[in-house]
Amino acid sequence: MTTDMMQLEEDTLKLDAIKDMFFIFEIDSEDYGVEVANVKEIISMPKITKVPQLPAFIEGIINLRGDLIGVLDVRKRFGKIPKEYDEETCIVVIVYNQYTLGLIVDNVKAALTIPAENVAPPPSAKINSYNQFIRNIGKVGDGVKLLLDLERFLEQ
Amino acid sequence: MADFDRESMLEMFIFEMNQLVEQLEQTVVQSETEYNTDQINEIFRIMHTIKGSSAMMMFDEIARVSHVIEDLFYYLREESPQNLDYQSLSDLVLEGADFVKGELVKIQDGDEADGNAGTLTESIRRFLNQLKNDGVEEKPVESVTPSDGSTFVYKAKIMFENGCEMENIRAYTLVHNLLDHAENIRHIPTDVVDEESTEIIRQNGFFVDFESKKPFEEIEKHLLGTVYLQELDLQEVTAAKEEKPAVKEAAEVAVEQVAETPEIPAPPAVAAPVAADTPNIASAGEPGEKKGPAQHVISVNVGKLDALLNLMGELVISEAMVTQNSELDGLQLDSFFKEARQLRKIINNLQETVMSMRMVPLSGTFFKMHRIVRDMCRQLNKDVQLDIIGEETEVDKNIIEHISDPIMHIIRNSIDHGIEMPDTRQQLGKPRKGVVVLQAKHSGSDVLIIVKDDGGGLNRDKIMNKARDQGMLRKPELEYTDKEIYQFIFMAGFSTNTEVTAFSGRGVGMDVVTNNLEIVGGNVLVDSTPGSGSTFTLKIPLTLAIIEGMTIHMAGAKYTIPIASIKRSFKPKLENVFSDPDGNEMITDRGEIYNIVRLYEFFGIDDAITDLEDGILIQIENGDQFICLMVDELIGEQQAVVQSMPKYFNKIRGLSGCTLLGNGDISLIIDVAGLFDK
Repeated sequence: MTTDMMQLEEDTLKLDAIKDMFFIFEIDSEDYGVEVANVKEIISMPKITKVPQLPAFIEGIINLRGDLIGVLDVRKRFGKIPKEYDEETCIVVIVYNQYTLGLIVDNVKAALTIPAENVAPPPSAKINSYNQFIRNIGKVGDGVKLLLDLERFLEQ
Repeated sequence: MADFDRESMLEMFIFEMNQLVEQLEQTVVQSETEYNTDQINEIFRIMHTIKGSSAMMMFDEIARVSHVIEDLFYYLREESPQNLDYQSLSDLVLEGADFVKGELVKIQDGDEADGNAGTLTESIRRFLNQLKNDGVEEKPVESVTPSDGSTFVYKAKIMFENGCEMENIRAYTLVHNLLDHAENIRHIPTDVVDEESTEIIRQNGFFVDFESKKPFEEIEKHLLGTVYLQELDLQEVTAAKEEKPAVKEAAEVAVEQVAETPEIPAPPAVAAPVAADTPNIASAGEPGEKKGPAQHVISVNVGKLDALLNLMGELVISEAMVTQNSELDGLQLDSFFKEARQLRKIINNLQETVMSMRMVPLSGTFFKMHRIVRDMCRQLNKDVQLDIIGEETEVDKNIIEHISDPIMHIIRNSIDHGIEMPDTRQQLGKPRKGVVVLQAKHSGSDVLIIVKDDGGGLNRDKIMNKARDQGMLRKPELEYTDKEIYQFIFMAGFSTNTEVTAFSGRGVGMDVVTNNLEIVGGNVLVDSTPGSGSTFTLKIPLTLAIIEGMTIHMAGAKYTIPIASIKRSFKPKLENVFSDPDGNEMITDRGEIYNIVRLYEFFGIDDAITDLEDGILIQIENGDQFICLMVDELIGEQQAVVQSMPKYFNKIRGLSGCTLLGNGDISLIIDVAGLFDK
């Protein structure tokens, strides 16, 4: 019993530690965040194998140490103009629901803790066309981080 | 019992039980209207084993049910009563089988086997009693309890059947069971829990001394109920009661009968077939045929087989990575490549062996359908015979799990919707008995499973109306071919049967067929002739894991085509190519005309070679159809370890999966059947 309790406590602590943490990446000089709990790893751009007949924002599949995973171009998903991949371009590998997927982003910045009190939903007036992928906006210093809604982001 | 590894014994028990129940169902269904002596013996033997094993594992309710059925068949065997109501008998036995199956599921799921078969046992007892009352002279065989309270001393020597294994556990169980009837039990060897005693019991037999208030015949009857008993030598030490010669004689006969049956296939738990879940149905298929006790097979946990297969896949890839390493390019390495070829050969053999270990005959799945047919006939008052062909055909174990349900749904559909009532059939000039043929056969790297009935066939107009009502039409009605219309029945929520029966009509079922087949990369085709029946053809791949593939190159990407579908490849000559007014390209080759499919067009890719003469044509076969597929260039033959596409992707027409090449590149595996249906 006691060990179970301790294990439980430990797990809760671990969860607490990463609860408010977000992984920040950049698209078009705008900062976005995904919950660290969903991020598996960051990799540099590997060779991408194109797969025909998929939505344009799905780039193809990559070989991640023997596992074949799909990769999505976040720029294309946001409807932004595609840009040549450069040395800063990298892939954020996320695990969400039963999916393991790579997100191609312009560059990655850091993992940040944004306390819950600094996080608020976007303004309710839906005039911004990109709001559909953003669940919350986090305030950090003077700037803001747009926090992704993975559920809607991954909807096809 | 806690001293023994109950977990692994439980696993064996479940496996053994499932086999026995399956065998039981087959025997009953085969001979429903009249049982011959062999069949009665067979059922008696099965019930006997079930009773023994379940009592040993302390599943008392299963033991109780099997016991009464065993009693019933003991009576049938001994007395051969006339005017038996075989129909009710079969019902009772099948009900018993269902009960055991239900309990097994609970045990398998780790639940308590808490079923209560009180009513069933009662009705079986009543059935038996009625039989006995009908048979005149028979005196109830109720046990004769001794009137006086005197105690007898018995001495018994027990020999177990050769190869029954776990003799010590069986001895332990025997002693355990004796506790209810006897006291002061002493036995040699004294420590049966010790593994070493197994050998001693096997060699010398198991000796028990005990005291009991029960009379000789009752003790003997009890001991004779021991599982895998070969020989029993029971003696009453203090002859307190005089021997009844008749009883004694009868008992001897009984001993002989028990001793006569060792050629019964050795208990499945011990002589289990290769894979633990590879029901060796060969023996179940021909219940009459006895097998020699020495089966050189062991049971293996499926998890281990899966792990072996995964390792095999990694070995194949890593071999390719070594021998096709780019650092070797341009080097003159004759000896290296010679050895590499040898390595390749060994790996190939190894792979074949690993794959063959996973192959399971379809017979288990097929024979299960007898029961379904039988139950449906009873409920719907139809008369249908199920013919099974090619049940020895083997497919990968993973695949078998996914095709049992589809076959069942198709057969249900055939009987429920296809086959007419006997009277209707007679009016139509058909035999009263309908026939459903279930057939399996190989076709290249696929297995075809065909379900054919001689019923009324599919009603094209009815399906079309229904499809129209449900808004399933995707193109003008007139453009639908018959086959396309029939395909509607596999859509979710589609059922033309306005009346919901216990079996079908709710529109669930047939879409299970397509869903399950998609998982294993198979498909289903329907053909039907109004008035004379329909044919469902399920095409499933032999194996999912590793295929022999031709890797090709197109627009900077690599694709793999299963070698089994490739007839040949050639450089086209433009003078042989022509187009029809609709823009369909065709080529004449060796006097035949083939459609040309440009792979880049099919996938909608731009930067490929578009000049036919610069590319290469691969002639591809699907069933009896051929096309010529145009690609940029061939790269070479390679083993491909098939992986599924990332789950996030929707199904892509023309692709069945992907694979890693030796150099770490990814190649997309072409689904040949997908290329053919536009």
